[in-house]
Amino acid sequence: MLSLIVFLPLVVSLALVALPVIGDVVARWVWVSVAAVEVVLLIAVWQGYETPAPGALAFEEQVPWIPGLNSSYHVGVDGLSLPLLAMTAVIFLACAVYSLGERNRPRLQAALFLFLQSMSMGLFVSADLILFFLFFDLSIVGMYFIIAGWGHGDAARSAMKFFLYTFLGSLSLLVGFIGLYVFADPHTFDMVELTAQLPLAGSSLAGGAILAAILLGLAVKTPTVPFHTWLPPAHTDAPAGGSAVLAGVLLKMGTYGFLRIAMPMLPEAWRSWAWVILAVGVISVVYGALVALAQSNLKRMIAYTSVNHMGYIVMAVGAAGVLASDAEQARTIAVTGAVTQMVSHGLITGALFLLAGVLHDRADTYEMDAYGGLASPAPRFAALFAVGAFASLGLPGFSGFIAEFQIFTGSIATVPVTAVALLGILITAALFLRALQRLFTGETRGSSEGFADLRLPELLSAGPLLLLSLLIGVLPRFLLDVIEPAAAALVSLVGR
Amino acid sequence: MQPLLLLPEILLFAGGLVVLVAGSFQPRQRQWVTRIIAAVVLVAASVAAGIAMSSPAQFPMQGAFTVDVATGIARILACLGTLAVLALASDGIAGSPRESETYALLLFSTTGTLVLASAHDLLVVVVGFLLASIPFYGLIGIALTPGGAEAAMKTYLLGALFGILLLGGVVVLYGVTVTTTYAELPQRLADAPPGAVVAGVATVLVGLLFKAGGVPGHFWVPDAAQGAGGAVAAFVTTVPKIGAIIAIHRIATLLPDTVAWPLLIAVLAAASMTLGNLAAFWQSDPRRLLGWSTVSQVGYLLVAVTVASTSEMALPSLLIYLAGYTVTNLAAFATTTAFPRHRTLDSYRGMGRAHPWLAGTLVVALLGLVGTPPTAVFIGKLTVATAVWDGGIAWLVVVLFINSLVSLFYYLRWIARVYGSGESISASVFGAVTPARWSATSSVVLAALSLAMGLGAGLLWSAVA
Repeated sequence: MLSLIVFLPLVVSLALVALPVIGDVVARWVWVSVAAVEVVLLIAVWQGYETPAPGALAFEEQVPWIPGLNSSYHVGVDGLSLPLLAMTAVIFLACAVYSLGERNRPRLQAALFLFLQSMSMGLFVSADLILFFLFFDLSIVGMYFIIAGWGHGDAARSAMKFFLYTFLGSLSLLVGFIGLYVFADPHTFDMVELTAQLPLAGSSLAGGAILAAILLGLAVKTPTVPFHTWLPPAHTDAPAGGSAVLAGVLLKMGTYGFLRIAMPMLPEAWRSWAWVILAVGVISVVYGALVALAQSNLKRMIAYTSVNHMGYIVMAVGAAGVLASDAEQARTIAVTGAVTQMVSHGLITGALFLLAGVLHDRADTYEMDAYGGLASPAPRFAALFAVGAFASLGLPGFSGFIAEFQIFTGSIATVPVTAVALLGILITAALFLRALQRLFTGETRGSSEGFADLRLPELLSAGPLLLLSLLIGVLPRFLLDVIEPAAAALVSLVGR
Repeated sequence: MQPLLLLPEILLFAGGLVVLVAGSFQPRQRQWVTRIIAAVVLVAASVAAGIAMSSPAQFPMQGAFTVDVATGIARILACLGTLAVLALASDGIAGSPRESETYALLLFSTTGTLVLASAHDLLVVVVGFLLASIPFYGLIGIALTPGGAEAAMKTYLLGALFGILLLGGVVVLYGVTVTTTYAELPQRLADAPPGAVVAGVATVLVGLLFKAGGVPGHFWVPDAAQGAGGAVAAFVTTVPKIGAIIAIHRIATLLPDTVAWPLLIAVLAAASMTLGNLAAFWQSDPRRLLGWSTVSQVGYLLVAVTVASTSEMALPSLLIYLAGYTVTNLAAFATTTAFPRHRTLDSYRGMGRAHPWLAGTLVVALLGLVGTPPTAVFIGKLTVATAVWDGGIAWLVVVLFINSLVSLFYYLRWIARVYGSGESISASVFGAVTPARWSATSSVVLAALSLAMGLGAGLLWSAVA
């Protein structure tokens, strides 16, 4: 089942590349239908999902790949990966629908996005480090071509910066993986076995060095301060769909790596470095928010709020490594909040980036000062963007509130000083309100004149993402029931 | 004696003679016959090599040669690599005045490579070096272009110098051990004065690095890659490396603990990687860029040699890397020979739209050289890095990956042009260019092979381990 989910988009993507006879219209609809099939398959997996025993995976599949290195094609899901997998499928469907209006080489665009979807899905189900790395690296390659091929502005330069910077991260990650392999006995790249083995228990120097390599790799991808500088140019110059996938899915690969690899495999080193991780998280929260406040370019602003939102996750996983007495429950809440935040940020920021793409499509600029009074020519756009902005700043009733509430409950109970990060919420609220004011209120002027309101594909792509965020905000149990057991298992693994 | 164990070498050398003689009696339009002969000989030699691999390691000619897994893989890689070069030559060299001579020289040089790879005696190494080198000078200059002549002269002078160094090193080692055969060297080297051993080993290694195209014997590589014909450039940057690197590996396994040879090789590896990558940065000629990139690849290959006697993964990882490198580097060169008139990176603008398949191939080849999964070079880099860490030289892993990152930059400069929107004129210009048929086909096949070898890495590993 999981292999079908991973490789279906890849196969269709190759077919789209190999068969130029496929017309543009057909290619667009093929893409939408494959993305829809993926969502349906994910719903089926979610229906059939039963929480596996701690340390095990559901829907497991394993085929030997390089037996000499003890590396295999090993996939499976648990409560940490299933929500992300579902979120990925939804975001790619939204991008497919949004791109129904694409005029620039739609066949190749569909092929690239489907390729990228395969890689993203594959990453979240990987249970082998080499497999994980393969998908991690190829997702970078796919995104490079999306930015370079369909971006605007200084796209070639931004794409190259993105590629070089995140490739640095992925190589650092690979060094860490090889370290885990070398210290494991017997040598293996299998994640389940490595988690059970605890290869570096007792060697704090080597453990710390390997954790540092892995953390650097993940921190670049997440990104956290000070490794975030590739993100704003990449987002600004990427096409709308590319930005949505980059923020919604690719950034999660970093934070997912914390939960899946760094914490369970190197718990000792994680606990020793928890304070550093926590501090980086808090700094990312506040710094990201402050820099976002200073932006005049809407897309750059949203990009910096991503740094802020990812900061909450890093802070929560850092707090989960601080062992205080009787705080196991609080740490579980923090990790649950972190996973919820990944899903929530994916949905909300994905929607915001798609909506920001509308600005570029109509008036060729993201500068907020170029607009004003947009609410009267484009009421649907204004309404949807306002909903997204409020969801993003953590208004109760949306998924962001559920996530951030849990993160703060868990973190502050464990480490009270993390309350500093509440400042981030305040600043985010201010900056979104200011952006709404600049874009939508006042007299209709500048590029706002003659601004066409949302078309159907745009409405049907961003809308459902926000609806899902609302659904999670109001009825979070269906999601939390999946995440909580996995979060509890992870917290006990970190406590070993 | 068991001369049959050397059947691939014998076949290649005899084939070279046949090609030379047959070519002399054929009119220019019928020189393709010699190409067929050469191709048949190469296929036959690789089949013979494959059959020889089924038996355990043997030492024919009174222990002057080794026929083991490494020899077998080297023979197959060198023969099939040269076969691919013949395919590239079908575009550029077919019908040229010196067609059959080129094929004969290719076969002789390949024989030398095989001798180097299977040498089990320092004097045989010297013979292999000369046999691989002398045809090679001719090959580089055979196109009779000004650049080719300069490159041939440069290569010849350097080759003479490094050949003397190699011979001098062998003499020093003989002087302190009174033997040249590998069967006795380890024992006697351990008892010999370390200073003399270091001097001898270092000069032997440096001599062989000329053949491998690594620092400090690399000066000819970029000139040859740029000045020689496309097929010859592909050959000289790929096939001789196979023999030289395996010869270096075999010598490394003989060395005693009394000398810090792993450090020596590690420094040479780091120097090759770093210098090759930095020099490739701002190159504007794609073949010169690839030439520098092959210098850095020698560095990665040498990384595996540093742990030749401390990690049992060293040899398998080296062989996998060599296999991946041969296929991937030839694929990259094949793309350049498909467009022989495009000699600057800027002239590749618009290729992505005009020739999507070849552009895709080029991306697979270049990202493959970086070591992006799932290509064969990725498996090579992964196993090499694992082996060297396992052998206890963790810092070299960091150097290796930093260099991979650095190398990404100049490959991306090329890829960005291929897909860059840029001037729309060049897209239409490119649309009117028909890629050379054999080169184009070879590059697609080789790139696919590089992917297949990565995905089927399990099989590959069981073949070499």
